[in-house]
Amino acid sequence: MISFSNNISSQFLNDRVLLWSLRFFALIAGSLLFLIVIFLIHEAWPALHQLGITSFFTDNAWYPTESLYLLTPMLWGTFLATIGAVILAAPIGILSAVFIHYYAPSLLAITYRRLIELLAGIPSVVFGLWGLVVLVPLIASWQPPGPSLLAGMLILFLMILPTITLVIHSSLAQIPIAYIHNATALGLGRWSMIRKVILPAAKSGIFTGIFLGVARALGETMAILMVCGNVVQAPSHLFDPIRTLTANIALEMAYALGNHRSTLFVSGLMLMAMVVIFVLIAEQLRYRETYADAN
Amino acid sequence: MTKFKIATWLGALVFSVMAWSQTLAIASQEKLVISGSSTMAPLVAEIGKRFENLHPGTRVDVQTGGSSRGIADTVNGLADIGMVSRALKPHEHALHGATIAHDGITMILHKDNPVDELSNEHIKAIYSGVITNWKTVGGLDAPITVINKAEGRSTLELFLQYFQLSNRIIRAHVIIGDNEQGIKTIAGNPHAIGYVSVGTAQYDATHEVPIKLLALHHIPATLKTVQAGTFPLSRPLTLVSKNPFTGLAQTFIDFSQSPAVHDLILKQYFVPIP
Repeated sequence: MISFSNNISSQFLNDRVLLWSLRFFALIAGSLLFLIVIFLIHEAWPALHQLGITSFFTDNAWYPTESLYLLTPMLWGTFLATIGAVILAAPIGILSAVFIHYYAPSLLAITYRRLIELLAGIPSVVFGLWGLVVLVPLIASWQPPGPSLLAGMLILFLMILPTITLVIHSSLAQIPIAYIHNATALGLGRWSMIRKVILPAAKSGIFTGIFLGVARALGETMAILMVCGNVVQAPSHLFDPIRTLTANIALEMAYALGNHRSTLFVSGLMLMAMVVIFVLIAEQLRYRETYADAN
Repeated sequence: MTKFKIATWLGALVFSVMAWSQTLAIASQEKLVISGSSTMAPLVAEIGKRFENLHPGTRVDVQTGGSSRGIADTVNGLADIGMVSRALKPHEHALHGATIAHDGITMILHKDNPVDELSNEHIKAIYSGVITNWKTVGGLDAPITVINKAEGRSTLELFLQYFQLSNRIIRAHVIIGDNEQGIKTIAGNPHAIGYVSVGTAQYDATHEVPIKLLALHHIPATLKTVQAGTFPLSRPLTLVSKNPFTGLAQTFIDFSQSPAVHDLILKQYFVPIP
């Protein structure tokens, strides 16, 4: 009897230890973000304080050695490259996942999936190098100078495609088999079933896949730095070179001093703000799309 | 279970004692912190390794961040020696410097570009967007792709200073970080023009990379002309310090200027001082 109650209390103890260690680790994970934001604000403060936040939008140009710190062209660069990549990658990602799941013979499906997983594992600098020695010269021979918004979009597209495909694939795998049975019982063809039943049911997963893709595209640095040309300007067409916020930090941080350095942390803050705004919009969209029918 | 725990604790104890003694050993060493130009860092790191072998008990710690960072770190006392890959600016002349080698900057084109020489005026006009087609300077009828360096790099500073340009009037199509990125961009674009270190360019041009080095004022860009001091677009690689060099720093400077490191300097495609 005694040993029995002992056993229970020790189980309680174990539970409590587990609970507190879980809380502790969750706290660490959660506070990381806050620490990063605090660090960014701390490093960006001299520029924010001395130059004022408006100068990053109203200065004439980006010439940090002449104390001109316009960041808007780089905001545009980041935004356009990301949007372009997602517009290309989202439909292809959705269709690839549907293909793997509902159309491909099993051997082909497995091979194709492995290939996509492999693509997801390729380091970004390899994509960048390939872009620099193959993709950029190709574009240059067609529409010089070559390094351009288009090159950035295509490289980002290649990088986020596997992420999007794999996430959507696993969300398709979670759709209850009963949906498929019912759809078949109703006499729906394969494509009608996918369009009317499967895709609406997998909506939340599709959104998650696209979010992850966008987040990766926003933060990508090395590959973008190598193929985009890094000229600070708001692009007027696809073949204009651009500089993204991340490339700006990577290119100039090693050599920056004083306000210049501090402004690079401001670009980091802006990137963070872009991600936050994007996540808020996306969550709102997802909530509305997913639960619209319930209301 | 308990045995395992004891073993773990013992392991941790032994490990921390080892880590502690390691720290003590490092603390008893004489340490030289060097920071600055990323052009010089690989060379100085190699010299540092050889120096450590010759002087047991010393440690040479090389950090990069550009010439300006090197000067700032020396002035702030964060580094014992700064690496500067440009001539000192007037307000920096109070620093004590010792030149250990020279580096030249060369204009490079794609090998298939028929243009073999450009005058300073042509280069200025190309970089400021006045000339935008190779036809104007005797080349093919093709738009020129202008490659410039990112702000803060000493190569950019030397280039601007030599051609008396300001970064504001340069109309670049590509902005690069390091030399290799520039060389790869030009190798992939027959209509591009850029500038990089003579050493790096000469190495790549002789290793089947399709680029060519342009002569300036009819003086070819080679390691020999840079060494002779006749190539106009060249720069000294200097080690600087706030106070006159003493003790270990002086020993290191003497070593870096001695013929004992000439092989290392040549290996990095720089040119030793005579």
